[in-house]
Amino acid sequence: MSSFRATAAGKVYYFGNLKVLLAKASPLRSGDELAGVAAENATCRAAAQMALADVPLRVFLQEPLVPYDEDEVSRVIFDSHDAAAFAPVASMTVGEFRDFLLSEQATGEVLAALAPGILPEMAAAVSKLMRVQDLILVAAKIRVITKFRTTIGLPGRLSTRLQPNHPTDDPRGIIASVLDGLLLESGDAVIGINPVADQVDRVELLLRLLDRLRETYSIPMQSCVLAHITTQFEALQRGAPVDLVFQSIAGTEAANTSFGVNIQLLDEVHDAARGLRRGENIMYFETGQGSALSANAHHGMDQQTAEARAYGLARRYRPMLVNTVVGFIGPEYLFDGKQILRAGLEDHFCGKLLGLPMGCDVCYTNHAEADQDDMDTLLTLLGAAGVNYIMGVPGADDVMLNYQSTSFHDALYIRKLLGLRPAPEFEAWLATSQRQLPGMMALLA
Amino acid sequence: MKELREYTMARVGLGRAGSSLATGEVLAFQLAHAQARDAVYCELDVPGLQMACHDEGWQTLLLRSAAADRQTYLKRPDLGRRLAENTALQGSDADLCVVIADGLSALAANRHAVPLLRELLPLLPDWKLSAVCLLQQGRVAAGDEIAAAMRARMVLVLIGERPGLSSPDSLGAYLTWDPFPGRSDAERNCISNIHAAGLGYPEAARRLSALLSAARQQQLTGVMLKERLVLPAAG
Repeated sequence: MSSFRATAAGKVYYFGNLKVLLAKASPLRSGDELAGVAAENATCRAAAQMALADVPLRVFLQEPLVPYDEDEVSRVIFDSHDAAAFAPVASMTVGEFRDFLLSEQATGEVLAALAPGILPEMAAAVSKLMRVQDLILVAAKIRVITKFRTTIGLPGRLSTRLQPNHPTDDPRGIIASVLDGLLLESGDAVIGINPVADQVDRVELLLRLLDRLRETYSIPMQSCVLAHITTQFEALQRGAPVDLVFQSIAGTEAANTSFGVNIQLLDEVHDAARGLRRGENIMYFETGQGSALSANAHHGMDQQTAEARAYGLARRYRPMLVNTVVGFIGPEYLFDGKQILRAGLEDHFCGKLLGLPMGCDVCYTNHAEADQDDMDTLLTLLGAAGVNYIMGVPGADDVMLNYQSTSFHDALYIRKLLGLRPAPEFEAWLATSQRQLPGMMALLA
Repeated sequence: MKELREYTMARVGLGRAGSSLATGEVLAFQLAHAQARDAVYCELDVPGLQMACHDEGWQTLLLRSAAADRQTYLKRPDLGRRLAENTALQGSDADLCVVIADGLSALAANRHAVPLLRELLPLLPDWKLSAVCLLQQGRVAAGDEIAAAMRARMVLVLIGERPGLSSPDSLGAYLTWDPFPGRSDAERNCISNIHAAGLGYPEAARRLSALLSAARQQQLTGVMLKERLVLPAAG
């Protein structure tokens, strides 16, 4: 174990190991205070950031934050590290790495080639030294393009996951929200339903409903029912039309265990879904800072570092979609709009730097100190940062999950403001959608 | 597209100004959010609840969690799960300890807890009940500590749920057999969404009494009880 130190305002600060240093260098958030890993005060945090800036990147390869032998996420992260891709930055410190990322030399192509050489912990570390504008500027250079029936992540495009949830999974209620979204140019990333009940019959019924909609009206879209992965697998084995396979994942083995998943299971379902040959990129993952701590499975890591490790796991599967559900977890992890905003931009940056097609569920709950103005701000900044997709929820109000996300109208706003367009295949279909609408309304009968 | 609204309570078919929302829609949303925010910061109406309980002939006991104020409560769920230091409780040897807690919406507790108990307690004629505990800044797990100290065999926590835009006053009811600090949420049974537009008092009371009786008979609550218990279909 290394030990780290920095002198700030005439006082020497010592940090016992890399995990402690990262936690104390992390910008303030309630989850790290709750876990007892946050810096004692602002000066200590600034000192930790100075010490972190001097840490060579190669130290991260020598000091796993969670032991290799104890955690399969650590094993995936280390076993998949590409030393050749890492070579161009191998001699840099974390601070020098930040300067490099901001330099003209670090083009989108250079950063894409670098991604397999970057450990999630390195991405987390450098993000802690970056201001909001740095997180935006660097992420905006990186395009991660994925393809199923639509192509997501192209320059000048911004897609949405249409989220037509209903408190009783009523098919007509769901279709009403889908139609509203399609009319407002939403749904090009995926139409994804969170079911109330995690039952295979229900999942199959909803998958068939969306597939019938897609086939009848020739919509270039993919569908997903966000049940537990084992339930989706069962539906797949029954012959249900599974497009994207969804699962929530986290950055430690123990946290994933609390979600009822492990790598063997993810591998198995991924292989089965690829066997259907419906599309190239077939996985859909959701993540969010605080999930490891909430399962008491954070191993003393700060929540942002644990989150970045989830991306290290996600990239094993070349997913179609990955998004942080940034403000869903509540104020004990991200207290207010300021903390949610920074976390959303950190997650987007870290995911993109690691080569993932990052989207973001720009969201909050009613017990967080946040409101629509905070969401508008984060949405606008993510648009500037080149986010692949956001959510499209009717009126921003998810009546099943009881939280506020972004609306169809929010997506129209950011597209209009920044001159962004939907995925090309979907955009072409939209030209015909108004004409088809009377027929689509028949689905409600 | 207003007709879409016939099929869902979701905010579909909203009026537009350009591609943005029309003024009326924005204001309606802001009002719903304001009600939810006010519910989070609403306080448990202790005098009102005491009076209503005493009118029914139920004794009350006033308790506080270790979270001193709402800000602490929101940031430190662990403190909301413990009682304030120096809380002294006496053994009751009751079959059931009832706790009314503010949770994330004291509005829900203030409005719905006593009317629900008025429906429920007559369904439990042979149960020995403790005093009704009124818990401020409380979370569900604090009920375990209360009931353990009172030596009650089971605890029922009626608590304000996280307010949604359409339901700022939704009440949850959590049932735990053999409560003691350290019980996990998987060892409880819950009936949620009790409010005017959700689950009504008679139906909630009927389901709760079925759960309570089954829990007492099988001496357990949680996932195992849920799996063994086939609730009568909702009327």
